[in-house]
Amino acid sequence: MSSENLIEINDLNFSYNTRAILKGVHMTMPRGKVISIMGGSGSGKTTLLRLISGEIRPSAGYVKFSGDVVHELSRDKLFKLRRKMGMLFQFGALFTDLSVFDNVAFQMREHTDLPESMIRDLVLMKLDAVGLRGAHHLMPNELSGGMARRVALARSIALDPSLIMYDEPFTGLDPISLSVIGNLIRRLTDTLGMTSIVVTHDVQKSLKIVDYVYFIADGVIAAEGTPKEVMESTAPFVHQFIHGEEDGPVPFHYSGQSYRQDLDLGDTRV
Amino acid sequence: MQRTTLDLWVGIFVIIGIAALMILSLKVGNLNLSGSTQSYVITGNFENIGGLKVRAPVKSAGVVVGRVTNIQFSTQTYDAIVTMDMDSRFLFPKDTFASILTSGLLGEQYIGLSAGGEGVMLKEGDKIMKTNSAMVLEELIGRFLFDKASE
Amino acid sequence: MSKYIVSVIQNIGHRVIESIWRLGVGSRFFLLVLLKSGTSLRRFNLVIRELYFTGVLSLIIIVVSGLFVGMVLGLQGYETLQKYGSESAVGTLVALSLVRELGPVVAALLFASRAGSAITAEIGLMKATEQLAAMGLMAVDPVARVVAPRFWAGVISMPLLAAIFSVMGVLGGYLVTVVFIGVDQGTYWSQMQSAVDFRFDILNGFIKSCFFGVAIAAIAVFEGYDAPPTAEGVSGATTRTVVTSSLAILGLDFILTAFMFRGVS
Repeated sequence: MSSENLIEINDLNFSYNTRAILKGVHMTMPRGKVISIMGGSGSGKTTLLRLISGEIRPSAGYVKFSGDVVHELSRDKLFKLRRKMGMLFQFGALFTDLSVFDNVAFQMREHTDLPESMIRDLVLMKLDAVGLRGAHHLMPNELSGGMARRVALARSIALDPSLIMYDEPFTGLDPISLSVIGNLIRRLTDTLGMTSIVVTHDVQKSLKIVDYVYFIADGVIAAEGTPKEVMESTAPFVHQFIHGEEDGPVPFHYSGQSYRQDLDLGDTRV
Repeated sequence: MQRTTLDLWVGIFVIIGIAALMILSLKVGNLNLSGSTQSYVITGNFENIGGLKVRAPVKSAGVVVGRVTNIQFSTQTYDAIVTMDMDSRFLFPKDTFASILTSGLLGEQYIGLSAGGEGVMLKEGDKIMKTNSAMVLEELIGRFLFDKASE
Repeated sequence: MSKYIVSVIQNIGHRVIESIWRLGVGSRFFLLVLLKSGTSLRRFNLVIRELYFTGVLSLIIIVVSGLFVGMVLGLQGYETLQKYGSESAVGTLVALSLVRELGPVVAALLFASRAGSAITAEIGLMKATEQLAAMGLMAVDPVARVVAPRFWAGVISMPLLAAIFSVMGVLGGYLVTVVFIGVDQGTYWSQMQSAVDFRFDILNGFIKSCFFGVAIAAIAVFEGYDAPPTAEGVSGATTRTVVTSSLAILGLDFILTAFMFRGVS
């Protein structure tokens, strides 16, 4: 594989029981870029992240992470691989029984034999990068939503991963926190040379910070391109999504029998 | 919470817990750490043991000198074989007399030993030859009534 | 009508299959926890931390309940024994009931509702807020890092708490019968000591409490780990922990008692 692509996804299929969630997805994610995956709720974005991290196995196709096919790795190798991945959960998922400092130090203590003094320096550096060095002694329940998200971000970059996945990082944040998180994603990606995958449906914010966008709908990639291309796109799906129109290729009504039938008015269609 | 405070509390908890176990063993259970292994076993045949139970005390002059460890029925002599674990600090002559007694009118039953005069002492595995059965209340009353009637 | 009967029978069958299936899943999880206990035993600090939450925080309720149970036993025992003129045996009554049965069983019931439910709620909530998933993605096994230390803390705490409960009970009995009522204190202790046997009573009581500890801790961590990641899921799991472990304690107590005290006395 070419060295500039960190992740290659080829013909990825996944079905949950008999329901197909992903149907033949192709993606490439170059190093050092911020890639956004957009799509409506339930379109399989989070499933895609879980396939990349090897939590679930694809029913066909593969995900390659710097040359290794993720689902073919042994458990030990997978755990080693995951140390190169960071993940930011929707609401941060900070460990509520540990302080901010201990949350960020968690992986260093679990995976390395670094002396405590060095861990302290590293943790304060990571917290400084997200602007929360002064909050290291607080417990997670003392933080606001935006601060918790930033601590979680510091925690996910603790071991300098080569990939960070953001699962809906903008959900439920006020406009200021939202900007802070958005800019942090961009800045950390550039300064640490990581690759970022941002799963979101916050179109306006993410288009400002990302390098490339994939639209997923019904388990396939409906559209892709740079933010500029996407903004100018005339494809009906992309247009509907970006401008938030209620009806279009993505219908307002879930498919079912006709309204008249449901209301027991008799089928008057001829 | 600070690590050191937490450790301190857990330490206190574990010490209290172990102390409780020790109190139970020594104060309540009367576990004798020093002399518990030093003992010898003797047996005795009784015609009727009444309500004697395993773990009943063996006393001499009111002092506990051993415990009943086993009670069996002998099909040869048709009586009860009582095995006693004796404290080896206390040795008794061969002709010691063992009887089953009751503490109080309705209390628990125990074996009372009254020492004989012989020079040879009982040792591990020996058998007490002179035994006296338990007093059974019905028999006592029966005998009392019989005696009254015959007067 | 016959349709109704069939559906009732189906319902019973479904429940039986469901509970056996759950028992199987639970047992497998129990083995998994044992297999992955290496980390928590190597890094004992993790267990010590949890000992604080399961053991130290349960101390107050255990001490107070033990004292009161002992006091009630002393009072009731004295009232009854007095009728037969054998109030001197009140020490025996208090100590034997506590050491053999009430100590391990009541302490275990209290422990299940105090610490067991807390363990379930905590693990369930960590699951619901994706903390366990986050840990897995950080290449740290949540069973080894979160579940096993809590399990072992429960297993270690239980026998200690049961012993503390029994001692407090004996003291409570002493307080009521000797200090308030005026039974001779020498009689209280000596009657107790001549009747309570180390091997049969205290050791067996200790073994019982160890079994209860394993049962409560295993049920609590399983229910927490298995809880549906929602608010109702966690609250349901917490309730199930208390109910299931209480039933398990009483059932186990019967089985263990039948094994231990059969043929004795």
